[in-house]
Amino acid sequence: MLKEIRIHGRGGQGSVTAAEVLAKAAFRDGLMSQAFPAFGSERMGAPVRAFCRLSDRPVRTRAEVHQPDFCIVQDPTLLETVNVFEGLKPGGVVILNSEKPETVKVPQGAVLKAVHGTRIAMEVIGRPIPNMVMLGAFAGSTGLVSLDALKAVICERFGGKVGDLNAEAVEKAYKAAKESK
Amino acid sequence: MAPQGRQEILEGAMAVAHAVARCRPEVIAAYPITPQTHISEELSTIVADGELQAEFVKVESEFGAASVCLGASAAGARAYTATSSQGLMLMAEVLWNIAGMRLPVVLACANRSVSAPLSIWCDHQDADSIRDCGVIQLHAEDAQEAVDQHVIAFKAAEDRRVLLPVMVNLDGFLLTHVFEPVELPDQALCDAFLGKYEALYKLDPGDPMSFGCFTEPDKCMEGRWMIHDACLRSAAVIEEVSAAFARTFGRNSGGLLEEYKSADADTVLVAKGSICGTIKDVVDELRDKGRRVGLVRIKTFRPFPRDRIVAAVRGAKRITVVEKGGSFGSGGVVTPELKDALYDAGLRIPVSGFCVQLGGREVAPDGIQEIIDRVEKGEQVHYEYFRLKKAILPDLVP
Repeated sequence: MLKEIRIHGRGGQGSVTAAEVLAKAAFRDGLMSQAFPAFGSERMGAPVRAFCRLSDRPVRTRAEVHQPDFCIVQDPTLLETVNVFEGLKPGGVVILNSEKPETVKVPQGAVLKAVHGTRIAMEVIGRPIPNMVMLGAFAGSTGLVSLDALKAVICERFGGKVGDLNAEAVEKAYKAAKESK
Repeated sequence: MAPQGRQEILEGAMAVAHAVARCRPEVIAAYPITPQTHISEELSTIVADGELQAEFVKVESEFGAASVCLGASAAGARAYTATSSQGLMLMAEVLWNIAGMRLPVVLACANRSVSAPLSIWCDHQDADSIRDCGVIQLHAEDAQEAVDQHVIAFKAAEDRRVLLPVMVNLDGFLLTHVFEPVELPDQALCDAFLGKYEALYKLDPGDPMSFGCFTEPDKCMEGRWMIHDACLRSAAVIEEVSAAFARTFGRNSGGLLEEYKSADADTVLVAKGSICGTIKDVVDELRDKGRRVGLVRIKTFRPFPRDRIVAAVRGAKRITVVEKGGSFGSGGVVTPELKDALYDAGLRIPVSGFCVQLGGREVAPDGIQEIIDRVEKGEQVHYEYFRLKKAILPDLVP
């Protein structure tokens, strides 16, 4: 089993941290994992990508994820400038942070799962940082990583109130994604 | 559940920093440079937090960092630094001195392209360009090896049959910035494995002596030969230390070479560093289709394991070197050394050299497969810049 995930975001939205947390949570669940950013000159607001591989065997390849099984899109404005569907495997799932998913053109064979990530982040955390929220939506949509592992890693990684609030937001997104199945 | 032991998901550079701390260097001197910075930054935190009793010397340049390590090592301390690219270039003069003075300094090189054009991304031209100075060079394939090779590096460097600097190469970004499963070496095992460094000779006011002094032509050549001889003989020590490491820590991270499905292969690829992970996946895929392909991975580039490589590739019908470097105006770096060894062994196996990933351009599995397809169709290239974009070259280039 090998599942490849590509995370699209903008500099400052925590896409690299999201890949790291996802790799750690899956590892906690008993999978092998790898996470890394698209190495570049990171700037606040510029499109960034991060990658994560989850497998039942050690991950050896160092190539970027070109044919993802899943894409997580942190920012709906990226759809205007970045082809987030590029290389998506047939039946691949795009988990999009969006309030208006009905306006999104989805290529044939791709599945769109929309979550109001920013709204959940604002409601629970009080800041428009959707990275952990989107992981909750990923877990709820795919079942590839457990909610418990995600929450545990987030509390460990951020600690204190920030950890608790993010864990709470993740649970909310997880449930929302599960219910919309 | 996969058997994960005591592994945890760590960033490569962070894992290296914590492994180095467990080797208990007494002096660390470093200057920040991408993509090495996380290593020295984390080590400075570890020292500042009092978790490691060491002096962390903040220097004005990599020349200063290497010079502090030289002085500290000459005074009998275990010394460490880490750098990349231009930083290694700036250290070059001092590295020749460190090797010539036979000082067991350990350093990491987070491999990165050398300017110009300015590029922060990974290739091997920084490390390759100091191949001649007497620094032993190890190459890691993944974060775990980068961690373990540091422990092996200290042990081999300080062995009195060696007494040479050892540089652990880990691909910049690809290994420094990846999060993957790593097991840090246990502190008690590390202490028992390495012991305390006891210098054979050291700068001591009570017993004055000079290091690296002026040498007239009647003795200088012997001094150079001793470096060459020690570097050659270090091959056996590296194997011995790596075997001891495997017994102690249960991981086969060191050694001179890895032979991956190459024993019965018609097409053997030769490479070093993290690209070998990608190559292994391609090898497995082609093996499933019945194609006899294998990989010989260079884990120790200096000393160059001539005999071991010849033994590993002698049954091949063709050999293809995939390297992230080269020598302008000549060709490859690894490719000609391999041919040299084959020539002396009387073997005329066709060898092709492909230069990939200069300045970090990715070679995905399809690129590796294309190289294999081409050589298996009978193509043989001396040294080719793979997938060169001719369209963006100026008109004067044909």
